[in-house]
Amino acid sequence: MKQLESLRTFLREAPWHFWTTQLIAVMQIELKKNFLRRRSIWIYLVALAPVLLIGAHAIDSPMGRRCNIEEDTRILAGIFQLFYLRLGIFFGCMGLFTWLFRGEIVEKSLHYYFLAPVRRELLVVGKYLAGMMTAVFFFGLSIFLSFALMYGHFGPAGKAYVFSGPGLGQLMSYMGVTVLACVGYGSLFVALSLVIKNPILPGAAVLVWETFHPVFPSMLQKLSIMFYLRQLCPVPLQPEGLLALFTVIAEPVSPWLAVPGLLVLSTAILVFACMRIRKMEISYLAD
Amino acid sequence: MTTNNRIVFENVSKFYGEVLGVNRVNLSVPSGVTSLVGPNGSGKTTLMNLMTGLARPTQGSISVLGLSVDDPEELFRRVGYCTQFDSFPKGVTGYEFVYQSLKLRGIATNDAHRLAKEAIDRVNLWEVAHRKVAGYSKGMRQRIRLAQSIAHHPTVLVLDEPLNGLDPMARAESIALFEALGKEGLHVIISSHVLHEVDKISDQVVLMSYGYVIAEGEIHGVRNEVKEHPMQILVRCSQPNLLASRLFSQDHVVEAKLNHDGQGVLVRTLDAGEFYLLLNRVVLEEDIALEAVAPADDDVNSLYQYLIGGGGKV
Repeated sequence: MKQLESLRTFLREAPWHFWTTQLIAVMQIELKKNFLRRRSIWIYLVALAPVLLIGAHAIDSPMGRRCNIEEDTRILAGIFQLFYLRLGIFFGCMGLFTWLFRGEIVEKSLHYYFLAPVRRELLVVGKYLAGMMTAVFFFGLSIFLSFALMYGHFGPAGKAYVFSGPGLGQLMSYMGVTVLACVGYGSLFVALSLVIKNPILPGAAVLVWETFHPVFPSMLQKLSIMFYLRQLCPVPLQPEGLLALFTVIAEPVSPWLAVPGLLVLSTAILVFACMRIRKMEISYLAD
Repeated sequence: MTTNNRIVFENVSKFYGEVLGVNRVNLSVPSGVTSLVGPNGSGKTTLMNLMTGLARPTQGSISVLGLSVDDPEELFRRVGYCTQFDSFPKGVTGYEFVYQSLKLRGIATNDAHRLAKEAIDRVNLWEVAHRKVAGYSKGMRQRIRLAQSIAHHPTVLVLDEPLNGLDPMARAESIALFEALGKEGLHVIISSHVLHEVDKISDQVVLMSYGYVIAEGEIHGVRNEVKEHPMQILVRCSQPNLLASRLFSQDHVVEAKLNHDGQGVLVRTLDAGEFYLLLNRVVLEEDIALEAVAPADDDVNSLYQYLIGGGGKV
């Protein structure tokens, strides 16, 4: 009861306006870095690759002459689940979010943040939000373009599918899942970068975990980000052969549980990151 | 003695794994210019990192003007730290570097622009402020970091080797700036190897060796405590030979050496107080015209040599 009261006092008296100003300053600095640095080029390329592929397909069969909407819908669903979620967004977030702090340590510039009157938790949140906006921009735009190209080349039939059929709803779902994937993987990789110096090995371990989580016990599956994301994909993939490992949903969960479940998991990881950064020291020599 | 206007270390130790950073440090630093002096690896930077929260003590506690170093929000409104890391966020101009740090402090845009310009002007770098930091010389980078650390008008300014890489003109300007800041009532903590230069402006000195504070306080006071090394006093006068012969007969005078220009005597004495009384008496009795009397080893460099060994780099 006493703790609740002190929390209430803290929330009432906290300098929210000041923190917001600082948060915006952190995000402005980080967004500029994320979009303009040379390291981001490969994220641009990863995001662009499926667009180019689908663009080539659209040119190859104008007005849907050599394909049909149902088949292309399944292909798009496959590209989304197997490329975007498992590779593009995963590695994009890994590169982007692990570099938010590791990059500063490698470039020996993190102390400038630590020497400013900014709460370190606020620094984590600011960097995380900037990373998320960047990732959502890259991959959201990529998915939007892929979707537009995939249905655009069907002409009026494609237009009807999007605006009078299930197309627009599917696009919204893809966008939503993309945002949630960035939320989940972003928090995970920010936290990892504060714990481990080289993110490659733990990144590989996370990839294995995310890939093979369907074979784990039910409780452990809920600690996987992919577990929630798969439930929210608008077009299910057919469980065929080895791909069944990626496509089968052994334990379906309602979106009303999947979205809050993922948000709770991401928040818990971010809270851990905030606790971690409070104890962080600057010793670039050791890095 | 209130701790609200001092920087206080209470039994502070810091170990990096098994490597000693500093050990059992007890300090109470008042306002004015304080020099941290010691050879490489003596713990100067560790001490500065500890007082700014970049490193956490393994043991003990630190407060800066009564504030905990665990509270960056309060602490860094009043503290500026110019580290010796010669690195910057990528792609920034000098101006952006200072301006961004002010924005991070939650300062309004117009004020941030004004303060950035003021600070860059103060380190004489305005002409190149809009050039990328990556193209700056080492001295310019040093000065832009100094500008960044003073831009928000701190009460405590911590400067780790601030004279490194500066040409003589820039050094003189920086030293004048530190002196002015000290006189404005700031706590200015400087670590430097350029002993004869920091000596001119230091009010206090902290001598460090192998992670231990071996002496601290006002320079003259610390010098008086070093009993095993007789005090050196240079007396410039009209009859140095006569003065030397009269002084040398006293027990507390260990050595009386004629100066190389023949216009003075360098005296080494075990008791400076007794020496000054004796000097007054001899001058009156022998009618000697005194030009100047000044301690010759009452400075940081001499203290460094006596207590640590070796000499300060010039």
